[in-house]
Amino acid sequence: MALLHDARYRALFYQGLTICIIGLIAWSMFATASHNLERQDIATGFSYLSRQAGFVISETTIAYQPTDSVSRALLVGLANTIKVSVLAAFFGTVLGLLVGIGRMSRNPLLQRLMLLYVEALRNVPLLLYLLFWYAVIINVLPPVRAALPVLPHVYLSNSGLAIPSVEFVRGLAPTVAALAIGLVGAFLIRRLSLHRRLTTGKPNHGTLLALLAIAAPIVLLIVLDGISLKFDLPEQGRFRLTGGMQVKPEFVALLFGLTLSVSATVAEIVRAGIQAVDRGQWEAATALGLPRRRTMRLVILPQALRLIIPPLTNTYLTVFKNSSLAIAIGYPDLVMVSNTVMNQTGQAMETIAIFMGAYLGLSIAISLFMNWYNTRVALKER
Amino acid sequence: MTEIQLVLGASTPSRLPPPRRHALWRDLFGTPGNALVTVLSAVAIMAIGWFAIRWLFLEATFSGRPEDCKVATGACWPFLTSKLRYMAFGFYPYEEQWRPMLALLGFFCAAIVSMVPRLWSMRLLLVWLVGILPVLYILMAGGVFGLPSVPKTQWGGLPLSFMLSFVGLACALPLGILLALSRASELPVIRVLATSFIEIVRGVPLISILFMATVMLPLFMPEGVTVDKLLRAQVAIIIFAAAYIAEIVRGGLQDVPKGQIEAGASLGLGYWPIMFKIVLPQAIKKVIPPLVSLFIGFFQDTTLVTIVGLLDFLDTVRSAMRDPVWQGIAVLEGYVFAAAVYFAFSALMGAYSRFLERYFRTTHD
Repeated sequence: MALLHDARYRALFYQGLTICIIGLIAWSMFATASHNLERQDIATGFSYLSRQAGFVISETTIAYQPTDSVSRALLVGLANTIKVSVLAAFFGTVLGLLVGIGRMSRNPLLQRLMLLYVEALRNVPLLLYLLFWYAVIINVLPPVRAALPVLPHVYLSNSGLAIPSVEFVRGLAPTVAALAIGLVGAFLIRRLSLHRRLTTGKPNHGTLLALLAIAAPIVLLIVLDGISLKFDLPEQGRFRLTGGMQVKPEFVALLFGLTLSVSATVAEIVRAGIQAVDRGQWEAATALGLPRRRTMRLVILPQALRLIIPPLTNTYLTVFKNSSLAIAIGYPDLVMVSNTVMNQTGQAMETIAIFMGAYLGLSIAISLFMNWYNTRVALKER
Repeated sequence: MTEIQLVLGASTPSRLPPPRRHALWRDLFGTPGNALVTVLSAVAIMAIGWFAIRWLFLEATFSGRPEDCKVATGACWPFLTSKLRYMAFGFYPYEEQWRPMLALLGFFCAAIVSMVPRLWSMRLLLVWLVGILPVLYILMAGGVFGLPSVPKTQWGGLPLSFMLSFVGLACALPLGILLALSRASELPVIRVLATSFIEIVRGVPLISILFMATVMLPLFMPEGVTVDKLLRAQVAIIIFAAAYIAEIVRGGLQDVPKGQIEAGASLGLGYWPIMFKIVLPQAIKKVIPPLVSLFIGFFQDTTLVTIVGLLDFLDTVRSAMRDPVWQGIAVLEGYVFAAAVYFAFSALMGAYSRFLERYFRTTHD
């Protein structure tokens, strides 16, 4: 008993006890589960992944046939999840920036309008919005033969959105290569110009040259006739739309709902970040004669970004996880495909483990990337 | 003389602030760009207002049968009035619905009284635990005092939504605090376990935890033991909430100066007295506003239980809309009504959270 009064041994004892208790719980759960699985005659193991999936997926980002394997089906679901979250994060950020700037406007009308927008989105469950937009698309929008022209060659109807499609007849690989070369070149030029500016103090045209470097390889490729594209525009016929790409109503509703929800969050983050920058910074910049826009770009935003990046990371993680609500309106994301797999094979444990693992892995990847970016913009203190 | 007077005349008024009217005029029409923004915003606000008034009142149907709603272009009020009780209480026996109504009212009253920071004490917590919650539960479940028993499968609507979020948060709070302490612990095994639990739960969507609880929990139960669907969803929400609460409390713990712990240790206090009497009270007080904001999020997230087949408020509204008599007639009405209810509660709690933030900024006790 004397040992227990020694802080070191006590620490070891408590930790040992914790491991024992958790181990015991895990073991008993495992034993019960395997007994139950045996009793209910449910197969275990991951061999079902290579079996034929046998079900149709209504929207596929990567090629898929019902004859493909279960793992391929899950991969299609993951690709759909990533597609919709990346698009929603991108559009939501752009929209959110605009709304956030509007929230800070001196114009009282615009400010109130943006406040209304943000509050209406933040105080109503996202799931309700998704169901609402889906219902609006299905019930309120006209049938496809009377599709609404939103923009030239973009039509909205209750069977989704018809947009022009672009297809590479020839030159997909060279385009990707040219883009990569351009980006690497631009990156190098930018670093060089920054270095020159820091060492010599002379302004130069680094940004302009970098932009040129991105454009040049592609322009060269086009001039040399390396690319041939096939455009397909949706046309309104008498009874239906022909050509172009049809985007399913489920995807439109999901993307729309997620984008709006991201934009409201981003707007608040941006506003809070910019307002948190000390007023003295504005005044100092004005005293130096910097115009408002350059003050914003060179003085305020770099400081605000430090406050903006961490909550922005959370927002991106949230949109990625929230895309799982797709199951409520029937967009085949990772969760919905997994659900189908579970119902067909009965192997719930393995399937849940797979999709939770996928979410976990990507969440960690996103937060690692944003943390890396965050340390780059963070205040360097000595 | 005249010179001095001139100077005085020129300088005195300029010391006064410019008239308010002019500032407003400048903000609205100061520059051409600003004027354009003003006009566009005014048009947008009037369009929204006009549409709302027209849809809600001018072109709405106030009484009549579903067929009357079909021809009208505005809102369908008969749908809301005839379905109101179903949307609020789901399949709870019709003649017994005064019970959930009373439970909801009692819960609201108790909650509003408990929202006053000055009344916060251990005794209030005790009143909730041994007084209010058991009474509410008995009211809902029945079976004693001559109240007919109502099985949980018939619970639904607003009481269910509030129960899932409130009980979920109440149970998750101690668990979350324990997790936060474990994560800040010096014992590596406990720290690693807590950290991985928190990160795993935070890295996956709530739906996946709900799925896990509904599909997998029965597998882990011994033969013959069944857990009802409601409890399974409640467990999932508690697990999910605890991980998020833990992160918020961790922020509060990090905010408490190390000297406080050292002072406690130098008085000869052990780990638990230091934590419960010195560190946690300070940490929790700091994180109460973000906890309330988190609660708003969880109140909204309980809507996800409809995906695993529970009749929460959103689901009762949706199934009211699917009623064959009203099908396809009251699509917008139902969603707008549900949105208005969620908006009202969330906005109220948001206002309360802002009040708490101000309150804690001005009080130091």
